[in-house]
Amino acid sequence: MIDALPPGMVLIFGAFILPLISRAMRPALLLALPVVTMSLIWNQDIGHSLNIAFLDYTLTPIKMDALSRLFATIFTLMAFAGSLYALKQKRIVELVAANVYAGSAIGVALAGDLITVFVFWEIMAVASTVVIWSAGTDASYRASMRYVLVHLFGGVILMSGIIWHVGETGSVDFQAMVADGPARWLILIGFLLNAGAPPFSAWLPDAYPEASFSGTVFLSAFTTKTAVYVLLRGFPGEEILIFVGLYMVFYGIIYALLENDMRRILTYSIVNQVGFMITGIGIGTEMALNGAAAHAFTHIIYKALLLMSAGSVLLMTEKRKCTDLGGLFRTMPLTMTCGIIGALAISAFPLTSGFISKSMVAQAAADEHLKMVWMFLTAASAGVFLHAGIKFPWFVFFQKDSGLRPPEPPLNMRISMVFLAVLCIGLGVWPETLYAILPYPVDYAPYTTGHVVKMLQLLLFSGLAFFLLLPLMKRTLTITLDIDWFYRHAGVRIARILARVFGRAIERAEAKMDLGLATVIRLVFRHHGPEGALARTSLVGSMVQWVVVLLGVYLVLFLLV
Amino acid sequence: MPPNKNDVMDDHWLVRPATIRLLWWGGLTILALTVLADLFLTPHPHFGIDGSFGFYAWFGFLTCAAMVAGAKALGLVLSRKDTYYQESDDND
Repeated sequence: MIDALPPGMVLIFGAFILPLISRAMRPALLLALPVVTMSLIWNQDIGHSLNIAFLDYTLTPIKMDALSRLFATIFTLMAFAGSLYALKQKRIVELVAANVYAGSAIGVALAGDLITVFVFWEIMAVASTVVIWSAGTDASYRASMRYVLVHLFGGVILMSGIIWHVGETGSVDFQAMVADGPARWLILIGFLLNAGAPPFSAWLPDAYPEASFSGTVFLSAFTTKTAVYVLLRGFPGEEILIFVGLYMVFYGIIYALLENDMRRILTYSIVNQVGFMITGIGIGTEMALNGAAAHAFTHIIYKALLLMSAGSVLLMTEKRKCTDLGGLFRTMPLTMTCGIIGALAISAFPLTSGFISKSMVAQAAADEHLKMVWMFLTAASAGVFLHAGIKFPWFVFFQKDSGLRPPEPPLNMRISMVFLAVLCIGLGVWPETLYAILPYPVDYAPYTTGHVVKMLQLLLFSGLAFFLLLPLMKRTLTITLDIDWFYRHAGVRIARILARVFGRAIERAEAKMDLGLATVIRLVFRHHGPEGALARTSLVGSMVQWVVVLLGVYLVLFLLV
Repeated sequence: MPPNKNDVMDDHWLVRPATIRLLWWGGLTILALTVLADLFLTPHPHFGIDGSFGFYAWFGFLTCAAMVAGAKALGLVLSRKDTYYQESDDND
């Protein structure tokens, strides 16, 4: 019985109970839902699957293997940490949406067929939009509308691809594919759009930072990482992904370097980190795929930790720009420490989780003798420390004395930050725990003296570059234009011009049509209106009279013929 | 009289020039040590160039400088005031 319940549904259905119970009960339910979900996931054996006949197809809402379990586990863990962080969130709609969002991400991770993937994919799009929108500001409303348009567009592309693919192959099974025809291209594009791949990367830094202090934490975990999951399962070794991934890696670094909003810096770095994973999927060896999967796992934890640290600063100061912040280490030492641990993990410092996952991707590139890919990945590793690892803590907690003296955030937020910080270091110190649940057997030892020394050289000299070039990185009150300029600015302008030009023509045509219509209406009115000959009411007497006349005519005709 | 809590915060030991000088010297020493560690390691290069002395140090430093310069150059073209989209929204 329990085997027939897709674990994600616990979070989805449970979410809708939240508003119905008393405020005092909510924290208990919020924390219990992911715990129940996690136990369901780990109670199902590898190889377990659930099939349901649907129309002509067999749907597979549960297909448990090591890769599915890895992603379902981290999504559930994140739902727990995120809920703990958001316990004090007053907008209940955000919590409902966030749990539906997490549940549908788990649904994608466990789905064995493309139809189920697509259904959960779209629920995710809607739920995540509500998470952004529930921040309740004008900016968040606008951002959520732009966000949902991009994702519904991506959904249509994905659906077209799936229908085409099922039409060609007759199978809805979700298995490894090769981008060998338009059907698979459409599926690949649909997947990549959610990963924040070019040209549509801008939706991510546009929308995520507009969510509430806790909303952004949820958002950072699910959409891009389900995209990484479906690419891992659907397109391992697809060579174009190497180039897409490398582009994303550097896009994230360059844009984050120019950014002033602390949470936007961190969202640019999501694109950067997902770039490492996608490069790994493109390389496609067992080492690379393990690396991509492991990196998704560790990334969700440290990125959530970074955004929790930033969210705490936002909640306590109501400020989000680096130019307004600085010197907060004085009164927020715990938030700073957790932020720095997250920053060290994202930079892949030895003894943190990033070190044991990201280096697998670089190692895979080296093993395959992909010299340029390896050079770019190594440069990018240095760049991560530059744009996120030092930049975020430096500008928020040190830099200058902004005069702000905010207290630490509430206890539940501090506990969730410490929880994730401990995980960041725990996974870095005991990598075997993560390696044991990766999709392929791991034959890799991250802690060799050579590797540790190389990584320290790379990161510390990147740090030196940061402080020597600090004058060049003085924060300014600017944003950096991106592809979204076309739909946020140019598109609006073009639409206005079109409205003006065609508006006049349409007005003229309408005027002409009005004239024609008026004639028709007058004519109809004359005959069928209240005074019209065909619409007049008649007396029964005159009716009888007319019947008599008609019968008379009939009689005459009959006699004549 | 014990110092006021606000004074302690305003003149925090971590931001005093003496501390910052110490941090720079400490940092530079660690940098030097990580490079000198190369002397005691046998390089296992994958591509040749990564076996050169202090490769990760100079490669990391130079690529970071290049990325900062690249970002700066891109900023010249693509940076706008952060009210840019708000202004265009207001024209709706």
